[in-house]
Amino acid sequence: MAAIEILDLEKTYLVGFWRKQTKLALRPLRLTIAEGEVFGFLGPNGAGKTTTLKLLMGLVQPTAGSARILGMSIDDPRARAQVGFLPEQPYFYEHLTARELLTYYAQLSGVPAKERFSRVGAMLARVGLEQSAGVQLRKYSKGMLQRVGLAQAILHNPKVVFLDEPMSGLDPMGRREVRELIEQLRSEGKTVFFSTHILSDAEALCDRVAVIHQGELRGVGAVAELTRQSAGRVEIIFCSASVPAALTSLAVEARASGEMVNAVVPQEHQEPALEILRKERLRLISLTPVRSSLEEYYVEKLRAKENRVGAGA
Amino acid sequence: MNSRIAFVAFNTFREAVRDRVLYNLIAFALLISAAAVLVGEVSIDVEKLVVINLGLTAVSLFGTVIAIFIGIGLVSKEIEKKTLYTVLSRPVRRWEFVVGKFFGLTGTLVVNTFFMAIGVFLALLYVVHHFEKADLSVLASLYFIVLEFLIVCALALFFSSFSTPIMSSVFTFALFVIGNLAEDLRGFASITPGLTGAIATAVAYLVPNFSAFNIVSQAAHGDPVAVRLIVYNTIYALLYSAMAISAAVLIFQRRNLK
Repeated sequence: MAAIEILDLEKTYLVGFWRKQTKLALRPLRLTIAEGEVFGFLGPNGAGKTTTLKLLMGLVQPTAGSARILGMSIDDPRARAQVGFLPEQPYFYEHLTARELLTYYAQLSGVPAKERFSRVGAMLARVGLEQSAGVQLRKYSKGMLQRVGLAQAILHNPKVVFLDEPMSGLDPMGRREVRELIEQLRSEGKTVFFSTHILSDAEALCDRVAVIHQGELRGVGAVAELTRQSAGRVEIIFCSASVPAALTSLAVEARASGEMVNAVVPQEHQEPALEILRKERLRLISLTPVRSSLEEYYVEKLRAKENRVGAGA
Repeated sequence: MNSRIAFVAFNTFREAVRDRVLYNLIAFALLISAAAVLVGEVSIDVEKLVVINLGLTAVSLFGTVIAIFIGIGLVSKEIEKKTLYTVLSRPVRRWEFVVGKFFGLTGTLVVNTFFMAIGVFLALLYVVHHFEKADLSVLASLYFIVLEFLIVCALALFFSSFSTPIMSSVFTFALFVIGNLAEDLRGFASITPGLTGAIATAVAYLVPNFSAFNIVSQAAHGDPVAVRLIVYNTIYALLYSAMAISAAVLIFQRRNLK
């Protein structure tokens, strides 16, 4: 069974004083995410990532379409009980302590009364907030609030976890901890759907990614496949104090560093480039095909439509 | 009560208490004690009348201000601060959230009124040195003030379900003032003919009839309060609040949390 099924979910806001103008936030979106998958939802700011998450959480009403979580409608409280959600830059009741807040959320999520205390304690320990569990949240730093946010999202042991920009505003250590947490969730068999614009995080964590831009899905793909594909270029590293003049016309990029030169040439220029090295009697160190990065895929998808429009004009 | 409503209500109460809402009680206690001492010095034979009038009016005003200022923020503040996102993404229905908020706020006001009532009775004891049976009408008046708070809370919640906090406070306060003049409005409607009369009648019956809850002067004079009035006011307050809350739920149910 699919963990998340998004069936042509669409959102248009009515704006203006008389609410007669429309603002498209999300074009019909169709996506299926399997159970146990870590799925990255990529896109620049304002692309429609948060709107999609709000639609899935029932915080915003769709203009058209529907979605199902674990085979149940997103409006079904049984589906909600299986979902954990971390909003972007979460805010909490600032007069409560972390322990009180997590206890409140445990109550609302239907965690049995006899389990609440131990569950909350374990969760505070898991996110490293045991020492400050009795401090009111208004005295917490941004990083600590993000930890509280993560704790409340997984407190009730949900099967599907939605994280909206979980790394935003965190220092390198905090980002690393979030990455580790997502890895743990994966090993526990949870489905994780997270939005981000930090591509290195998505590349390191996700099984699949989708790219969204201007409210439109631009592409979906498995990270392993995307990064396995050859980019049609080879990287040649050889010993030389400078870049041979004959090579500069063939290379896409070439730079000398100390006694080594690093040159990237299109695959079809590989043989002529090697011939130049042989003629100049330069020692070849390595020759490796350049793999596509997620960044290239992302940029390609973001530019795809603009290029099509440009070509058609 | 549905357990999720109870959890939301308790959290609302706790937030209000921690937000130092009940600090106004200190101001109230100081005001009423000072008034009692002052009245004891300057009034002859009417000390009791003045203390009850002053005390009950102060309870009503303090409570109404709290009801409006917390009530308008109950929903809008949660949307603005996004605290609502982590609540409504759980198995909590929107109507449960709204009803829980309403009970939380009314709970806060009942506790608040209880302490203010103690202040009034202590001030009364200071000036008259003993209580008598006629003072029971002071209790009835306090009960009516609490019923009034129920309606004010429900209205504040209703307006805050679709409006900004500032506009909600303006609307609620306007209705509070008009509601206190409801009897005059009804009188005006009864003597006005034609369309104007019909509109005035509709408005007079639509706005909450707070004047029926104001028995401060009767309580000050120790006049007994009819049981029928107590029953009538109780039913009226419950029905009016239920309607306002239902309207708030209907609006909030469809609202997009941007």
